[in-house]
Amino acid sequence: GMAANKAAKEQKYDRQLRLWGDHGQEALENAHVCLVNATATGTEILKNLVLPGIGAFTIVDGHKVSGEDVGNNFFLSTNSIGKNRAQAATELLQELNSDVSGNFVEEVRAAGSTCLRLGAVLWNAEVPFLVCRTYGLVGCMRLVVREHTVVESHPDNALEDLRLDQPFTELKNHIDSYDLDSMEKKDHSHTPWIIIVAKFLEKWYSEHNFQMPKNYKEKEAFRELLRQGILKNENGAPEDEENFDEAIKNVNTALNATKISSTVEDIFSCDLCDNITAQTPAFWVMARAVRDFVRDDGNGILPVRGTIPDMIADSEKFIKLQNVYREKALQDASVVSKHVESLLQSVGKVCPPGYLLIMKFFKCVFIISGKNAAFLRVVRCRSLEEEYSIESVNKDEITSCMDNPDSEMVLYLMLRSIDRFYQQHSHYPGVYDYQVEEDISRLKVCVNSLLQEYGLSVSVKDDYIHEFCRCGSAEPHTVAAFLGGCAAQEAIKIITQQFVPFNNTFIYNAMTQTSATFQL
Amino acid sequence: MAVDEGHVACGGDWDGRWNHLKKFLERSGPFTLPDFEPGTETLQFLLETCKILVIGAGGLGCELLKNLALSGFRNIHVVDMDTIDISNLNRQFLFRSKDVGRPKAEVAAEFVNSRVPGCNVTPHCQKIQDFDESFYRKFHIIVCGLDSVIARRWMNGMLISLLNYENGVVDQSTIIPLIDGGTEGFKGNARVILPGMTACIDCTLELYPPQINFPMCTIASMPRLPEHCIEFARILQWPKEEPFGDGVSLDGDNPEHIQWVFMKAQERASEFNITGVTYRLTQGVVKRVIPAVASTNAVIAAACATEAFKIATSAYVTLNNYLVFSDVDGLYTYTFEAERKENCSACSQVPQDLQFSSSAKLQDVLQYLTESTSLQMKSPAITTTLQGKNKTLYLQTVASIEERTRPNLCKTLKELGLADGQELAVADVTTPQTVLFKLNFTS
Repeated sequence: GMAANKAAKEQKYDRQLRLWGDHGQEALENAHVCLVNATATGTEILKNLVLPGIGAFTIVDGHKVSGEDVGNNFFLSTNSIGKNRAQAATELLQELNSDVSGNFVEEVRAAGSTCLRLGAVLWNAEVPFLVCRTYGLVGCMRLVVREHTVVESHPDNALEDLRLDQPFTELKNHIDSYDLDSMEKKDHSHTPWIIIVAKFLEKWYSEHNFQMPKNYKEKEAFRELLRQGILKNENGAPEDEENFDEAIKNVNTALNATKISSTVEDIFSCDLCDNITAQTPAFWVMARAVRDFVRDDGNGILPVRGTIPDMIADSEKFIKLQNVYREKALQDASVVSKHVESLLQSVGKVCPPGYLLIMKFFKCVFIISGKNAAFLRVVRCRSLEEEYSIESVNKDEITSCMDNPDSEMVLYLMLRSIDRFYQQHSHYPGVYDYQVEEDISRLKVCVNSLLQEYGLSVSVKDDYIHEFCRCGSAEPHTVAAFLGGCAAQEAIKIITQQFVPFNNTFIYNAMTQTSATFQL
Repeated sequence: MAVDEGHVACGGDWDGRWNHLKKFLERSGPFTLPDFEPGTETLQFLLETCKILVIGAGGLGCELLKNLALSGFRNIHVVDMDTIDISNLNRQFLFRSKDVGRPKAEVAAEFVNSRVPGCNVTPHCQKIQDFDESFYRKFHIIVCGLDSVIARRWMNGMLISLLNYENGVVDQSTIIPLIDGGTEGFKGNARVILPGMTACIDCTLELYPPQINFPMCTIASMPRLPEHCIEFARILQWPKEEPFGDGVSLDGDNPEHIQWVFMKAQERASEFNITGVTYRLTQGVVKRVIPAVASTNAVIAAACATEAFKIATSAYVTLNNYLVFSDVDGLYTYTFEAERKENCSACSQVPQDLQFSSSAKLQDVLQYLTESTSLQMKSPAITTTLQGKNKTLYLQTVASIEERTRPNLCKTLKELGLADGQELAVADVTTPQTVLFKLNFTS
């Protein structure tokens, strides 16, 4: 029944739950995505969303399946030739995962400027839009979202939040409870390195006017101080104290000043943070609450993260120390949640839709305030209109990238050019063998008119013009599959609000196996 | 072969089927290799002649089979000894819940052969070690989608053993390109190896750092993390209590076994006031689970298949030779040329130098073979020639021989009769061929 089904799902999704957690999975299962055009790229993207259990998908496509389509698309079969492509693909994608609901709309494809018009509609509706295309050995993705907030960015290699430069009261008391000089060897050798650094820092302060070791010379002197602290045996040789080795190794990072990153400061200074209304999304109410904490309760510092890395220590000492940080983090989160409550009250306690999904209120606050306050991110993409408009085109980015004429930027310019070609000639360059030769010069005309229109003084090598005719708008499956993997994961990031999406144009060159991201 | 309104011609092809590929095979282009000749022959080669081997039918393997089948490759073999598990279904899309328990290679081949008419995937539900040179020699290209460094190294060693050298120069016709992909969570890599010519797996062994095991004293007496409690139950309590019978080893795929470890770990954790032991964590630690999603496997397998296509057709320059991918923060790729190691234990043809004092013990040599980052052997067997006869100095994998040769570990190299310059032959799971070492006495 229900319970068995739930258990089966947990097993099925086990490998991905370890990446985005149950709450991420829940967001995914409540999401509904729409694919326009069931090309190979499109179905590959959907495959990578259906497999992990997206709630629902809809395919919009008015094309009839051709023999060519079946040749590069795993989710079309010879049986579907002549049928509506949306319907055919929906069937074969649906059967990948019975947890997912798929449907389709047979929509007649409008000419040319569909993408820009659709972009405008979605921009106004605040629906994230991902434009993907495989053209020969080139893949391109454009993310269009006004503002995407990332609650859990899961940074690689984040620095620890140890507060050694400004220990909070409970931490200070805990450090004071240690007297290294009176300890037996067993305890001495199994004291956490955080305590050791804190103790020696106190010694250092008394001799250096309460200033932290700042430069290499001072840090080296501090390390020497630690070395002196290692117990000696009866022959005067230093004992083997791994915890002291750890302390010495961590001097470089442990003594950094605790401060708020500019990314987070930028978030705090946003309008949305200042003006909380009944319509303010959950992320901004939380961010404001954290900001209020910083200014009113935290002495200019974020709520304590509450985690410490593993380190050589006996169980009791480690757990006690870990609990000092944990309890402080919970305390801080509790203060943050009071700010959240008062903010909500101040706007008439009307819950923005985000809260309806937050079943465990405090857990959510803790997720934002405690573990992730330092890693909040906001991604804002320019609209397609801004990218395409002559007044706001990102000339600087384009021209500086093109200092290297083989930069992936040239592929972006080529993609813009072949769209221009299509507008003029109602077909893509070089689709038929006989066209290749004459289309090369026609395409060159399009490239030049594009560059001129946008005032871009760059030059595009003939080789690329030739290549973009040669490939005749073919969509090789392996390139579509690469892009399909990339795009699906970006969609999952948007849906789960975990991990950071790209901003805003990603180009993949399968010829060189290189890629680049541009903000256009 | 069902024919539907004349769409499908005999032999499995239909109108327009290869249109996407033909653009790259029948037309000249500015980025093709010098030996590329536009025409119909290359497509024919792909469809009829090229034999390609896929190692692994899991997360990468399923993607690879699809990608190759839709790139014109028809003569495809796939090797995988595993059976399908429910936790595979979030990404290994050739399998359904009804297939759980069946061999991966078999089900994968069935699916692709059915979905892609004319494609002939031959499954081999076996270990790679079950085959010898006569099997591997037949392929034009080999693509690996493995989840084990040991297996990679073995494959690597196998292809190196196929090489013929003439006057110290490798005979190009004996080179079988190896394309290797690996993924872990949101990260992955793809590389192209031309055995004997470009960096091999062992040349860059430091890119595969050994798994970190927690120190025994931490596990035994000083746990701090929930993982320590789990390892305590797995490593110490299970062998002691044998909860499911004498000699019954812990099976990570048996939920009852995991449940037992979980409960024992919880008991230990509460003893030390450690929080965080969950069933999921327990399973993850016991099975050494690597998180995985469909998207990363899709990306890496796609890159690998693109390279296979390039190698088979010369349509574009091959990756030279290593691609790294991550999509944790935006999307990041990095492409570089991994360099060959001059004295690589696998591909350099040079006997490996072993520097030891003559009074060092055999145990020290064994430790070096397993712990050195450039060798990372698992259970090396050391043999040599003494007085014209082959002598096993130490071998771990056969209990009776292990017992007989164990006393040698405490003997010095001199006591064992080994001389300066002595050649030692070492066998290990990481390589199909023995590795030759030369003893160099330092004192």
